Amino acid sequence: MTLDAGHTTRVEFDYSGGERLTMNMGPQHPSAHGVFRAILTLEGETVVGVDAVIGYLHRCHEKLSETLTYAQYPSIASKTDYVAAMTSEFAYVMAAEAIGKIEVPKRAQYLRVIAAELQRIASHLLWLGTWCMDMGGALGGGATIFLYAIRERETILDLFESLVGARLLYGFYQVGGTRYDIPAGWADACRKTIDVIDQRIGEYEGLLEDNPFFQARAKDVGVITRELAEDVGIAGPLLRGSGVNFDLRRSAPYSSYEDFSFTVPVETGGDCFARYRVRMVEFRESIKIIRQGLDKLPDGPISSRPGLKSVAQIRIPKGEAYARVEGPRGEVGCYLIADGSAKPYRMKWRGASFSNLAVLPHIIPGHKVADVVAIMGSVDPVFGEVDR
Amino acid sequence: MPVWLTALIAPFVVLNVVILLVTYVTLLERKFAARMQSRIGPYRVGPHGLLQPIADAVKLMMKEDVVPTAADKTVYNLAPIVFLIPCMLIFATIPFAPGLGVADLNIGILFFLAVSSMEIVGLFMAGWGSNNKYALLSAMRAVNQIISYDLPFIFSALVPVMIAGSLKLSDIAAAQAGGAWFIFYPVIGQLAFVAFMVSTLAAENRVPFDILEAESELVAGFRVEYSGMKFALIQLGEYAHIIGSSFLGSVLFLGAWAGPGPEYLGPIWMLLKAMFLFLVLTWIRWSFVRIRVDQILTLSWKFLLPATLTLLIATSFVVVWRAGGF
Repeated sequence: MTLDAGHTTRVEFDYSGGERLTMNMGPQHPSAHGVFRAILTLEGETVVGVDAVIGYLHRCHEKLSETLTYAQYPSIASKTDYVAAMTSEFAYVMAAEAIGKIEVPKRAQYLRVIAAELQRIASHLLWLGTWCMDMGGALGGGATIFLYAIRERETILDLFESLVGARLLYGFYQVGGTRYDIPAGWADACRKTIDVIDQRIGEYEGLLEDNPFFQARAKDVGVITRELAEDVGIAGPLLRGSGVNFDLRRSAPYSSYEDFSFTVPVETGGDCFARYRVRMVEFRESIKIIRQGLDKLPDGPISSRPGLKSVAQIRIPKGEAYARVEGPRGEVGCYLIADGSAKPYRMKWRGASFSNLAVLPHIIPGHKVADVVAIMGSVDPVFGEVDR
Repeated sequence: MPVWLTALIAPFVVLNVVILLVTYVTLLERKFAARMQSRIGPYRVGPHGLLQPIADAVKLMMKEDVVPTAADKTVYNLAPIVFLIPCMLIFATIPFAPGLGVADLNIGILFFLAVSSMEIVGLFMAGWGSNNKYALLSAMRAVNQIISYDLPFIFSALVPVMIAGSLKLSDIAAAQAGGAWFIFYPVIGQLAFVAFMVSTLAAENRVPFDILEAESELVAGFRVEYSGMKFALIQLGEYAHIIGSSFLGSVLFLGAWAGPGPEYLGPIWMLLKAMFLFLVLTWIRWSFVRIRVDQILTLSWKFLLPATLTLLIATSFVVVWRAGGF
């Protein structure tokens, strides 16, 4: 296709069968998962090339962090990965605590774990719904699963609301501990909620895995080999779906994760179905961790720091540190350089979605157009975290 | 009444009844889907959302009619009408009760099958005329899918034809009198019914076979560039086609107007059976994920087509054997 001076399109057809079509998928597309733009090169229905364009949601997060104090930024850190807001706050405060060598009381550590695991369930529920919607359509069976998953996620957001007062972006984590303690009756409400979710997860597995159409769409689609997974540097459920047994909660325990007993699911298939299985098991494991956390929750203070009189009160001594947590999408890291003032000198995010997205151009070519959205959904990117 | 007057009035009445039915069937589907998804569905316009379809129709009429600059205007504008006409024509040969219908042709079912596969012309015109890559891909898929599934659709619809020994729909209905519905015909009846439902789903582009629309991949497929009344015409055509196939299914397999009660309740029974089939299709739609284009073609050519063909041959043997042949 050429564009001449008069801006009229002249199409030269090639009937040899080798003609390629360039199709723009996104940034405004029902399955863009935010604002992802994939420029696909098609031969008929088969994708032969994919060009990924990101950056439509860039909000200068790292520069922004230099203008906000250690007390202010955790609430803004939520906005990087807005689907799992607790995770980024967690990484940020851990980095600050590592530089300042600030102790975190045991109770706060447990509360952090409970909040992070609830967040993992909420995030995976949203993934399950949107992924099924990618495969089943907003006007079909996918929408049914989506609405079920959203219904369950809502109960977790209710828990967060009674804990923090916010439903999406929390600011629950603070340097030295947590901002709030759990209110009266919260533990029982939490137990009830996770019991319901535990039972419903089984129902969804029945609905999906007993369905041959679902299996046909998920199995042997978007295979990431172990070698590719390690070369590209993907993390989280993707990595564990490709047969690598790596989970930061197990291999580099933080915030008392060593006190909890849970298994790290590993699948060797490397396809969309393997990633789905890993996440489905993670639901159960997170529920297990929350139950243990609520049972063993120690008494004591929730912060090693006194109540704040001004937002500039926390001063972190000169130094630098990298802190990483296992988020729902993989390793979320925060590299922080402090200069002794109330604001960081420089900060860098390592977003799990960003590095996971890098695997797409390796696995998409050779698949059909319909598989592109299935694979992208199984990678579970959140563009707030990719573009930051 | 002179014949020519009846010939004018009957299609007019049927056409309007179908349009009214389509509008309210959308509400039925939305309510049904909402219940499946633990929602309420349309509720605000009128009691229990009963006026929602009217509101939707008014909204669509008031929408701006956008024609893309680069579209092939003749083809683009003509496509919704070309698509709608076959979808409406299929109601011509369906008898809603003994003697109640537009034209009870002696080749009624053949007419239905022939006309219903003509919708592909409108689909392809819409996909091509829009000058949109998503629409073009969708049009390609449409040709693939509808040609693949018309054959199993025809073969499974021919099973009741063979058992009844007539192509006339009222004869097929009469052959099931006294509760001998063809769906109860041992083995063959059930298999043919399942094959009929599957190919209906595919021929109507419903989930799990809605790769033409595929809004998570192709945004809205062949109708991505349509707005306002042209969009409404395409929607009307699609739903009319589904309802037409549901009526055909109830004539072929569910004994048409047969049911308890006096004879004048016949059309009501017919409608109820058709709505039952429609709800089964809806039920499948809202619980399955979509399958891929190559899987759809594999399912048709490697499984459904040989299976229905075998079934048809088996039926012919059974029919001859029952009639005392061999």
